[in-house]
Amino acid sequence: MWPDVVIEGSEAVALAVKAARPEVISAYPISPQTHIVESLARMIANGDLSAEYVRVESEFSTASVLAGASAAGSRSYTASSSQGLLLMTEVIYASVGMRLPFVITGVNRAVSAPISIQIDHQDTISLRDSGIIQFYVESVQEAYDLHIAAFKFAEDPEILLPVMVCMDGWILTHSYERVSILEQQEVDKFLPPYRPLHFLNVKEPKSWGSYAEDDVLMEFKYSIHSAMLKAKAKIEEIFQELAEISGRDYGGLIEAYLTEDAETILVALGSVTGTIKDAIDQMRAGGKKVGLVKIRCYRPFPYEDILSAVRGAKAVAVVEANFSMGCEGAVSLDLKAKLCGDPNAPKVIDFIAGLGGRDVNIKSVCEIVQKTEEMLRAGIATTESCWVGLNQAILP
Amino acid sequence: MTTVSLNNKESLFVSGHRACHGCGMALAVRHILQATGKDVIVVTPTGCLETFTSPYGFSPWRVPWIHHLFENGPAIATGIAAALKAQGRSEERVVTMGGDGSTFDIGFGALSGMLERGEDVLYICLDNGAYMNTGGQRSGATPFGASTTTHPAGKCSTGKPQSKKDLPAIIAAHGVCYVATASVAFLEDLRRKVRRAMEFRGPRYIQVDTPCPSGWGFSPELTLELGRLGVNCGLIPLFEMEEGKIVSVRKIKRKVPVADYLKAQGRFGHLFSNDAGMAEVPRLQESADNNIAKYALEATAAKGSSVG
Repeated sequence: MWPDVVIEGSEAVALAVKAARPEVISAYPISPQTHIVESLARMIANGDLSAEYVRVESEFSTASVLAGASAAGSRSYTASSSQGLLLMTEVIYASVGMRLPFVITGVNRAVSAPISIQIDHQDTISLRDSGIIQFYVESVQEAYDLHIAAFKFAEDPEILLPVMVCMDGWILTHSYERVSILEQQEVDKFLPPYRPLHFLNVKEPKSWGSYAEDDVLMEFKYSIHSAMLKAKAKIEEIFQELAEISGRDYGGLIEAYLTEDAETILVALGSVTGTIKDAIDQMRAGGKKVGLVKIRCYRPFPYEDILSAVRGAKAVAVVEANFSMGCEGAVSLDLKAKLCGDPNAPKVIDFIAGLGGRDVNIKSVCEIVQKTEEMLRAGIATTESCWVGLNQAILP
Repeated sequence: MTTVSLNNKESLFVSGHRACHGCGMALAVRHILQATGKDVIVVTPTGCLETFTSPYGFSPWRVPWIHHLFENGPAIATGIAAALKAQGRSEERVVTMGGDGSTFDIGFGALSGMLERGEDVLYICLDNGAYMNTGGQRSGATPFGASTTTHPAGKCSTGKPQSKKDLPAIIAAHGVCYVATASVAFLEDLRRKVRRAMEFRGPRYIQVDTPCPSGWGFSPELTLELGRLGVNCGLIPLFEMEEGKIVSVRKIKRKVPVADYLKAQGRFGHLFSNDAGMAEVPRLQESADNNIAKYALEATAAKGSSVG
């Protein structure tokens, strides 16, 4: 293994992608993902990476190039953010349906309007129903490792779906962290070249992207869902294989942090989980039984794992940086739907925090826990989300 | 005159597809593939061609074929070309065949990007002058004066008030090595142009006029006749450009008045039913005359001037 290095998050992702030996990379600029594709471009310019690098005219084409390359049998990759991911949405849906296993880094950023380059999860959460597999990472090391694993998840013959590794813009992409880099030969062993069973070629002419009527369309859609369900166990297996070469065992689709005796459990995804762990340590030092469920894999939704981690708690506080307008946060909706009918289910309270990069710090996490406890004591069974730190003075 | 075998066994685009009777597009595709040969991967954006060739479980395509979305044909083709390059599969070529809706309108940005990047893709636009797959709505390729379902002729309307976008000129302005127009009425010319296009590497463009009986309003047995009238009146100039220079044009041997072409189609019927309509016909004649002058389409006495 190489010695650890201190590098920028984007650079770490680029190194992971390089190690995965993609044949086609496609790129279009949007902040804050640009450092990743710039880094890959430098590797190619300097002869350190051999891949076709296509500089397209829009994110719609970025994702489409990946789809075309993947259909022709090449491992392919891009990164994007915010509006770019939304512009790709149609392409992602179609690529899921055609089972094209490319990898995208979803560098999280708020969605217009108002335009902002700061981080929240509205962009990638908006893709949750598409069938793309989604991971959310806490640290640069996790981003590095999951990018290498992402290709293996995507290309597994039982999964065959595109994969998105979501990482918080700026907080992770532009931070320098100590990262342990894997040796190329270890990665090559873990991730052999992409050899799909079916790909566009003149020796076996096949037709792709047919028109389907009501006699088969539901079955096509169900088979995507069914692949997602199978992916849950596959992902755990692949994490095991990764642990063998990296020494870092991610275990599963979630990480349960001090949940066993916890009365209040926070549920969150992304880099904020690091802050939450620190807050939990502080609160535990003060005698509070608090824990965290970090959702590492959001789609497929690992509700079995989450449920078994939160079942003993009195309350669950979801802390999320997205919102389904006119309803509530997506993660809370998912969780409530799956907890519904469970007699031992804790109360779920939804906290919307950190939209557009608004700081979520240890203090705000402690306040969320306090508010959860107060609501529980007062017996308030609200289904309205609590917007953390709303400035009432400037609201209309 | 070359002999062309297009029996079903040897064809790369076989019978059994669901095109309308007299579909100019289906005929064009059969001949295009005859000219490219079997070593091509075909990309088709959403549209008539995709719909009538891909009911799940059936396919008339005997070459690898992919449909993905409406607006990304050029980008899907780019991805395939990149993969072929990365894998060293230089014998396999990429051909995109899209309709005018995807080419002139919704996929135009992607097409421009593909051309500017110099991708090794032959892009063929099968132009029937409207969104025929969805019922004949106007596109950027619809000619002036045509009645379409989104710009119908009526008491206050004489059909489309704008002219057809001059897409071949826009394509040529990208510095593309090969740009040609063709018509399904002149199949040998079409096949020759496709063969010529396949001799180049880089982005190439052919726009094929493919009359549409249901959309244009004519009887299905008249497809080739309508194609010929379009060419012979001057509204559909057939030319070939290499490296930005016109290298051949199809001369008009017997020029016909534009009105003959228009009167043969339901979509222009309103132009001959009242004064307001009649007043628009000269603009179409003027447009045809401009084409004839611009491309020097009129056959002269000098022998050997007719090419193609």
